[in-house]
Amino acid sequence: MNSQQPVIQLKNVSKTFGEVRSLSDVNLEIFPGEIVGLLGDNGAGKSTLVKTIMGFHKPDDGGEIWFKGEKITDWSVAKARSLGIETIYQERALCEQQPIWRNMYMGREIVNRFGMLNVKAMKAEATRLMSEHMGFTSVAVHPDNPVQTMSGGEKQGVAITRALHFEAELVILDEPTVGLSLSETKKTLDFVQNIKKSGRSAIFIDHNIFHIYPAVDRMIVLDRGKVAGMYKKSEITMDELIESMYRVARTGNLKEQN
Amino acid sequence: MSQDSQEVKPKANAARPPSFWRRFGMQFGIWSVGIVMWLAFVISAPSSFTHPEIYLAFAATTPIFALMAIPLTLVVITGEIDLSFPSIMALSTCAFAKTVSGGAPIFVGVLAAVAMGLACGFINGYLVTAFNIPSLVITIGTQFLFLGLELAWTNGSGADLTDPKFNLIDKLLVGRTFFGIANQFWWTIFATGVLWLVLNRSKFGSHVFLTGDNKISAQLMGVNVNRVKRWSFALVGVFSALAGMIGSFEVSYFWPTMGGGLLLNSIAAVFLGGTSVFGGTGTVTGTFVGAFIIGAINAGIVAAGINAFYTQVFFGLVIIASVILQAIISRRVKK
Ligand SMILES: Nc1ncnc2c1ncn2[C@@H]1O[C@H](COP(=O)(O)OP(=O)(O)OP(=O)(O)O)[C@@H](O)[C@H]1O
Ligand SMILES: [Mg+2]
Repeated sequence: MNSQQPVIQLKNVSKTFGEVRSLSDVNLEIFPGEIVGLLGDNGAGKSTLVKTIMGFHKPDDGGEIWFKGEKITDWSVAKARSLGIETIYQERALCEQQPIWRNMYMGREIVNRFGMLNVKAMKAEATRLMSEHMGFTSVAVHPDNPVQTMSGGEKQGVAITRALHFEAELVILDEPTVGLSLSETKKTLDFVQNIKKSGRSAIFIDHNIFHIYPAVDRMIVLDRGKVAGMYKKSEITMDELIESMYRVARTGNLKEQN
Repeated sequence: MSQDSQEVKPKANAARPPSFWRRFGMQFGIWSVGIVMWLAFVISAPSSFTHPEIYLAFAATTPIFALMAIPLTLVVITGEIDLSFPSIMALSTCAFAKTVSGGAPIFVGVLAAVAMGLACGFINGYLVTAFNIPSLVITIGTQFLFLGLELAWTNGSGADLTDPKFNLIDKLLVGRTFFGIANQFWWTIFATGVLWLVLNRSKFGSHVFLTGDNKISAQLMGVNVNRVKRWSFALVGVFSALAGMIGSFEVSYFWPTMGGGLLLNSIAAVFLGGTSVFGGTGTVTGTFVGAFIIGAINAGIVAAGINAFYTQVFFGLVIIASVILQAIISRRVKK
């Protein structure tokens, strides 16, 4: 497979909720080994785009999702995950009364050859991942503890670890650093770099341009559901990017004249 | 419960498992209620409660609603409820009686009953998931629908089950094999074991918990919550068919109005057993114990010479108390 073949490609994807058009005619592609930053105001449609890529939202008629050069017709979250797309959702998608291990393996449980859950393996892995990956060692981080007893950052750690440990080809991170401490934020940003180093791809959403700009290869700006612009990092400095983000918010245009 | 003083103090930063109280508090509560209740009966009616007869009696009667309460636990964990299972019980046993009286072999009749139970359960599950109707409401509808169909089919008349051709199935379902204990008691233990495995050691079981805990989270992670709910309702349907046949063979007669008094018994067993009214947590073993506590209340009230009308009062109090207890415990865990 050459690197020109996108991992995922959206063609004319729109999403309407009743009267609200959250995405309109979005076209984008993510290539292997590429980290793409997704920028845009609150309500621009970033999370909706993520959930559409994941198959949680079905695009309006006419929109197409292609995975590695193949048009996907029966898209669903289970299918997206089995093909190798994992997401850290903005709302974290945890089941708080359930123990950590069940959250970690939600929807992708480990079963033995008789189809029975291998609870022991899941608990052992969950413990190892939480302490080695995130360095979480507090009292609450025992695999049998319900997620609701953990701190906010630890809960997020569960969601982050969960998305990373399946070695997905495409990892989507929707504001992963919000609420994390300085050192956990740094770890999360390192994870993004590791994704790139191992030749996999990521979509990275964060309102902090100081997180996005150093981490990514390319940036896509969403505005009111439309792709307002795309930049390679070489085409724009951080200051210019900040300037144009303000302009988009004000006028809906990226560049000064049009 | 406070930290045990002998326990080695964990290092300030070591992961610790949930405390004993948090893990087993609910189970502990259920067993305590059971034991206290039993002691009360032993004291108030020692002549009945120190002889085995009364235990043999409720080992025969309790399974009929316990068998439905156990799968109902799964439905409640997914955050739904089923009020129609007594009607499914009647309709599927009717399917058995009609098939067999039409000349078909017994096992075909059993298959017909199970298929009917399965179909009714799926209808419930389908209506709940496809139209997003609260199950509390839609299963009131199907409760009347299934019972109405059965009454129309039988024209209100029952069927005798004493024919010698029923000997084998009768022995199998309701015979007295070990120590004079009714076979349905062993079937109930077997069912509890099987559904424990389903709930705690299968993907489906994991998804039952996740669906009831947070439906959107589960969907975002790829759990097919509608399919989980449909199968949970289907399980209640299948077990209702079994309970219906056991209940009928126990009295050697198929009563078209069977199941009438069982709704509250089963639901009380589930909630008394510690399954959350809010969904997301619950155990089948708790329901099993809960069912036998309810069975003991039934038997005990009569044996203690209390006016049988008071059973309703007891049930009411037990359900209210267990649900309040749950609310208190779950609030404490969240803090
Ligand atoms: N399930 C839904 N039903 C109706 N409207 C929705 C739904 N999900 C999103 N929207 C609407 O779509 C728009 C885009 O929302 P989205 O969550 O994608 O924004 P966002 O770019 O992620 O914003 P933020 O930076 O605040 O997270 C909003 O106007 C929101 O109200
Ligand atoms: Mg968002």
